[in-house]
Amino acid sequence: MHMTADAREVSQTASGAAATRDIYLPSERKKISGGGTPHVVAKDFSIYYGEFEAVKKVNADILSKYVTAIIGPSGCGKSTYLRAINRMNDLIPSCHTTGALLFDGEDIYGKFTDEVLLRKKIGMVFQKPNPFPKSIFDNIAYGPRLHGINDRKQLAEIVERSLRKAALWDEVSDRLDKNALGLSGGQQQRLCVARTLAVEPEILLLDEPTSALDPKATAKIEDLIQELRGSYTIMIVTHNMQQASRVSDYTMFFYEGVLVEYAPTAQLFTNPKDRMTEDYITGRFS
Amino acid sequence: MNLGTRKILDRSFTAVGFGSIAVMGIALLIVLVPIITNGIGSVFFTGTIEHRNMLFNEFGRGNREELAKENAASEVYRKQIYGMLSAFEAELETMDSEKKQDYLSKYGPVKTALQTLIGPLPGEAEAILTRYKYGQTRWGKAEEKLHEFLYETRWDNSNPDAMAKEYFVSQATEFEGTSLVKLFPFVEEHLEDVLRPRFTVYWGFLTDSSVDSHIFGGIWPEIQGTFFLAVGAMLFAFPLGVIAAIYFTEYAREGFFNSILRSANSTLAGVPSIVFGLFGLAFFINTLKVSESKSVLAGSLTLAIMILPTIIRAAEEAILSVPKTYKEASLSLGSTKWNTIMTVILPAALPGIITGGVISLGRAAGETAPIIFTAAVSVGSAIGLADVFSSPTPALSWNIYNLASEHEAAAEIRHVQYGMVLALVSIVLMLNLSAILLRARISKKLKG
Ligand SMILES: Nc1ncnc2c1ncn2[C@@H]1O[C@H](COP(=O)(O)OP(=O)(O)OP(=O)(O)O)[C@@H](O)[C@H]1O
Ligand SMILES: [Mg+2]
Repeated sequence: MHMTADAREVSQTASGAAATRDIYLPSERKKISGGGTPHVVAKDFSIYYGEFEAVKKVNADILSKYVTAIIGPSGCGKSTYLRAINRMNDLIPSCHTTGALLFDGEDIYGKFTDEVLLRKKIGMVFQKPNPFPKSIFDNIAYGPRLHGINDRKQLAEIVERSLRKAALWDEVSDRLDKNALGLSGGQQQRLCVARTLAVEPEILLLDEPTSALDPKATAKIEDLIQELRGSYTIMIVTHNMQQASRVSDYTMFFYEGVLVEYAPTAQLFTNPKDRMTEDYITGRFS
Repeated sequence: MNLGTRKILDRSFTAVGFGSIAVMGIALLIVLVPIITNGIGSVFFTGTIEHRNMLFNEFGRGNREELAKENAASEVYRKQIYGMLSAFEAELETMDSEKKQDYLSKYGPVKTALQTLIGPLPGEAEAILTRYKYGQTRWGKAEEKLHEFLYETRWDNSNPDAMAKEYFVSQATEFEGTSLVKLFPFVEEHLEDVLRPRFTVYWGFLTDSSVDSHIFGGIWPEIQGTFFLAVGAMLFAFPLGVIAAIYFTEYAREGFFNSILRSANSTLAGVPSIVFGLFGLAFFINTLKVSESKSVLAGSLTLAIMILPTIIRAAEEAILSVPKTYKEASLSLGSTKWNTIMTVILPAALPGIITGGVISLGRAAGETAPIIFTAAVSVGSAIGLADVFSSPTPALSWNIYNLASEHEAAAEIRHVQYGMVLALVSIVLMLNLSAILLRARISKKLKG
């Protein structure tokens, strides 16, 4: 069953019938002009680790320029699904997929897809901040350099722009040549966001980007996501229900590899259609 | 297990652990102290005028005028000794032939001992071997030789049930009643005036070639040979090893072929080095004919094969210890695998790779067996860089063995052997130390 969490069509369960209803956007969330087209489309998309089906026949459209949160209990396949989108799962030899996952209409797992080019357009920020053991400048410039930009001035511009977008510029502008590992955890994570933004991706995948951070740093990252909303298609995996409701426009709930419910965030949290979703968000299991 | 037994076990283990560390420390001391003290003695020692003359004649070092003055001062006493000898020889002519024969047979060894002590006596044909052109160059040795000159060693075989006992007979008593009897106290008293011992610092020991197979001179050819062989081995083994490690860790798919390769690598690391030596001879020299016979090239290749497994393993471990997150970060930015390896993984693995490399370098420098058949000669001069493809070379490890076991005058030049050992130990130690420092520096740079 195909799930599209857009204004017209929202399905209740992975297997249940799709119901058409009006989307509810929280009052403070503005509709994004030019957004809302299907950016990543899953069609009967399954992911296996060897024999084990970690993500089961997902059908879903991720809408461009909006923030989509992925929630669900540990081990339900959130990371697996997210990492499938920029083919980071390729690193795991036993991992393979069936069905189709389309990015701008192109099959991500197509025979002729260049995964290197794909990853340039679909950036990822990981659970644990993972800056390179290089200077702050070199961290940000790493991607642009890879893609052929070597002019120092141009690089400096990109570094500044990316750091500003990641709301880190003011804190590090005077020590760009210092090793990035000297930054605090929260700063490192924003650096990782900046590093990803420096290659100008279209999609940002965030896998529990704040789980290793303190509340203050978490708030900064959440603010950052709000800033970036509308410019990038953002997908964020989180265990924090409040966070999902704060930052996302749409929420996907996974359970044991199945996409149980996918709906506008406000709707999913206030009026879940599935018992399991309800149990999960009310904290009856986790 | 109750608390009491646990405590006793803990205590006894602590005792055993402490004991084994103490034993190791003592063993290290027992090994290192003589190496260091004797080894240092090859550079710092009390040298005689013979040493200074040797340096001047063989290496052209020293001040001509000063040396001439010194020789003149020494000559005053030598003249007296020579005088006594010719007086005795004249006296011999006056004796009846039986007595003369008797004295002559005793006189020969005395002359030889004297010659060993203070150098060639006048009126003799010039020696061909350099070692016979000089007396004792080191005062310590001179004192030993003085004893041999003054006393004749005899063995007491009277008790057939016990080992023969050594005892000394004064030479002077043998010549009682002749003019030669004065010679012995004179030499004993004036040896310092003849040999003029003086504290000497002989850095040339490290930078000079040897003269007359290590009787005099230094060990530069050995040091250089060791350097050539070890660096040559690294030149082959290091890049190859790192590439192999990259293949194993990043490219190889788990499978039959790969596991065979891995176990082959582990097995190779445990093969005795003499086997590599024979392999080197059979493969590089006899089969591939990289050189006519022994050469630095063949030796380096053999050593390279020997250290390759260690380098591969060290590099593999270093690469595997690079956090996976670096790789993920790089790939997620649209980097290719190759680029990720070159710009992220290898730099982060560098400290470990370098440590493995330098430790292997130390091993290559210290091994004897692999170069016996492929590269080492016991005596030779330093070779030029251009000759490494065709010439064999002396090397510390091999020459230490050679001096200890095969050299015809091994007992006379223990100090050279100790000097070589100390040089080799220092080189290996320095390499390891530099590895530690380099590693610390790179790690610090990586950690920020
Ligand atoms: N490399 C792997 N090999 C085999 N199975 C894996 C691998 N990685 C994950 N799995 C399995 O796939 C399932 C989904 O894992 P995944 O990491 O996607 O869960 P998750 O929802 O991200 O969990 P968490 O919230 O704990 O991060 C789990 O059952 C997990 O055991
Ligand atoms: Mg996860």
